[in-house]
Amino acid sequence: MRGAETFFIDLARLIVTWLEKQGMSPLVADIVLLVIQFICIAAIVTVNIIILIWLERKISGFIQQRLGPNRLGPWGIFQTIADAIKLLTKEDIIPSQTDKIIFRTAPIVFIVISLMLYVVIPFGDGMAIVDLNMGVLYFISVGSLGTIALLMAGWGSNNKWSLLGAMRAVAQMISYEIPLAFSLLGVIMIAGSLKMSDIIAAQNNVWFVFLQPVAFITYFIAATAELNRGPFDMPEAEQELTAGAYTEYSGMRWALFFLAEYTNLFAVSAMAAVMFFGGWQGPWLPSWLWLPIKAYIIMLVFFWLKWTLPRIRMDHLMSFSWKVLIPVTLVNLVVTGCVLQFFK
Amino acid sequence: MIESDFITINVGPQHPSTHGGLHAETVLDGEHIVDVKVHLGYVHRSVEKIAESRTYTQFIPYNSRLDYLATHLPAMGYCQAVEKLLGVTVPERAEYIRVIMAELSRIASHMLFIGSLAIDIGATTGLIYCFRDRERIMDMFEMTSGQRLIASYMRIGGIAEDLPEEFYPAVKSFLDDLPYMLDEYNNLLTGNEILQARLKNTGILPADKAIAYGVSGPNLRASGIAYDIRKAEPYSIYERFDFDVPIGSKGDNWDRFLMRIREIEESAKIIRQALQDLPEGEIRAKVPRIIKPEKGAEVYHRIESSKGELGFYIVSDGSEKPYRLHVRAPSFINLGVLPLISRGGKLQDLIANIATLDPVLGEADR
Repeated sequence: MRGAETFFIDLARLIVTWLEKQGMSPLVADIVLLVIQFICIAAIVTVNIIILIWLERKISGFIQQRLGPNRLGPWGIFQTIADAIKLLTKEDIIPSQTDKIIFRTAPIVFIVISLMLYVVIPFGDGMAIVDLNMGVLYFISVGSLGTIALLMAGWGSNNKWSLLGAMRAVAQMISYEIPLAFSLLGVIMIAGSLKMSDIIAAQNNVWFVFLQPVAFITYFIAATAELNRGPFDMPEAEQELTAGAYTEYSGMRWALFFLAEYTNLFAVSAMAAVMFFGGWQGPWLPSWLWLPIKAYIIMLVFFWLKWTLPRIRMDHLMSFSWKVLIPVTLVNLVVTGCVLQFFK
Repeated sequence: MIESDFITINVGPQHPSTHGGLHAETVLDGEHIVDVKVHLGYVHRSVEKIAESRTYTQFIPYNSRLDYLATHLPAMGYCQAVEKLLGVTVPERAEYIRVIMAELSRIASHMLFIGSLAIDIGATTGLIYCFRDRERIMDMFEMTSGQRLIASYMRIGGIAEDLPEEFYPAVKSFLDDLPYMLDEYNNLLTGNEILQARLKNTGILPADKAIAYGVSGPNLRASGIAYDIRKAEPYSIYERFDFDVPIGSKGDNWDRFLMRIREIEESAKIIRQALQDLPEGEIRAKVPRIIKPEKGAEVYHRIESSKGELGFYIVSDGSEKPYRLHVRAPSFINLGVLPLISRGGKLQDLIANIATLDPVLGEADR
């Protein structure tokens, strides 16, 4: 059991010692290890997304009383791979009236930003790539950069639907950034640290979801909006804006947006697991299995919401953020502060 | 001050939620709708002109292609119009079967309304639920006429064939399950806060405007006017059945949505009564093989279709083909209020407005 627990850490240590034996200086060896870790993350994210997309399609099928993908492989598990191959081999269409540079870079910016989120996520005990002092702050600030990518896509496409989608995306993501950050502040106040490992350690006895239930609910709602998932999928809103900011994209460029959304989905769910459900802590199984398990359970709730609820209206969405979520999170902060002050 | 400008977007004819080839040229101020212009004609098939080169019998199947979602209703309206022109009396049993079929069509159409409204406002699962249940009506149509979507079952003077044996248990089990289906829709959609927030107080159509624009059917009743041709001017045998005409209060999207759910219940009531009283006997009156109404005879016959007042105006010149046939298409006239109810709303309301007006473009363009 102990071997399984530290498998990845031992592996990393093994690589470093091997590299040093080859005559590399410790600094270079560390850099090489970082590169390997980044490649691993890219690989994990890709495999994870393939599973996620398949899972979402299966679950939506289950909710809608149909079978979902069922042709390729057992239970259709190879469907996503077939789709990926199709998207990769599709013609790369760039409409003539677009702002070429912005149009091309937007999907790349989006996926890079969502991959950057994984740097601070502790996948297991001591398994964050960089355990930053201000990990939570990093997560929130990098997460909010995604808005720029959507704005680029909408503006660069030179299409009115795209522009409307981008406009919605910016308004929505900026408004929901605030309650998202505020709801995490309560947790940070209890843990007394912005460092992910400290926050997880602080949940040794009790998960923060029990100490901060309101914060968890507001985080969950704000995260749904932040992820542009139903019922808050305003920027895409295929029934209104055809495909919103992604209208002009096709083939792999479109797929990059799609991938980035799922990448974000896992990152945000993992963050919820870290902040509210004790991160990688759990009995019996190794720690690097517990975090994905928790994140997947949270993602199932995201799926469930998306496939059940209608899309909220834009003005309701905005007023909900400014008139309900932000006051609630602020009150939660004040109450948390008072409790901490008087009962400590 | 930042200078801002309106943008014009074309909602349709190629758009996911315009129910066919509807083109709404929309002027937007941000998310707010300044103006909507509806352009029609993308599915124009000149059905009225075709009628002039077909015999009265040959034209029957074209009717189901008008409102293909409530397949039996237009066909029934047309056949009754021709019967009125000829002075034919339809046998009792045929009348009852016609009513059963018409009300089943109405239920199918309203179920599709609920489903398409659900998907238009983003609740994808609602669509699947409604299609699953509508499928059972399609199966019944297949039993009786061999066709599912555009069944040609009505004939001048009656119906094509008698009901098959397997139809009775099918319709009975469908009616027994209907309350549970509606429960499911209510749980998934009607009770949903987001759906209520999106439909309530949007797309308001006041009663006086509704009358002025000639709106009919559930859309008119949602505005609070209890006008149902089945009650106001009973055709066929509708005066024998006991059913209510549900009315709304405000005429907003929410009322129009509720109207459909309640009309499904009323239609089910009618079908139950018709099945109970269903007499034995002939299913088609004696009608000459070649129908030649007298020269100069004209008729206007209207029925309550699932979309509103569906009228057929036929003028005969004494030959076996109509001299002129006009269809008063409720979808077309109901669409006239779309700019009125959409102005000042949000872009997202426009989608809901189109969905709750329930246009079938095949009928609107004809």
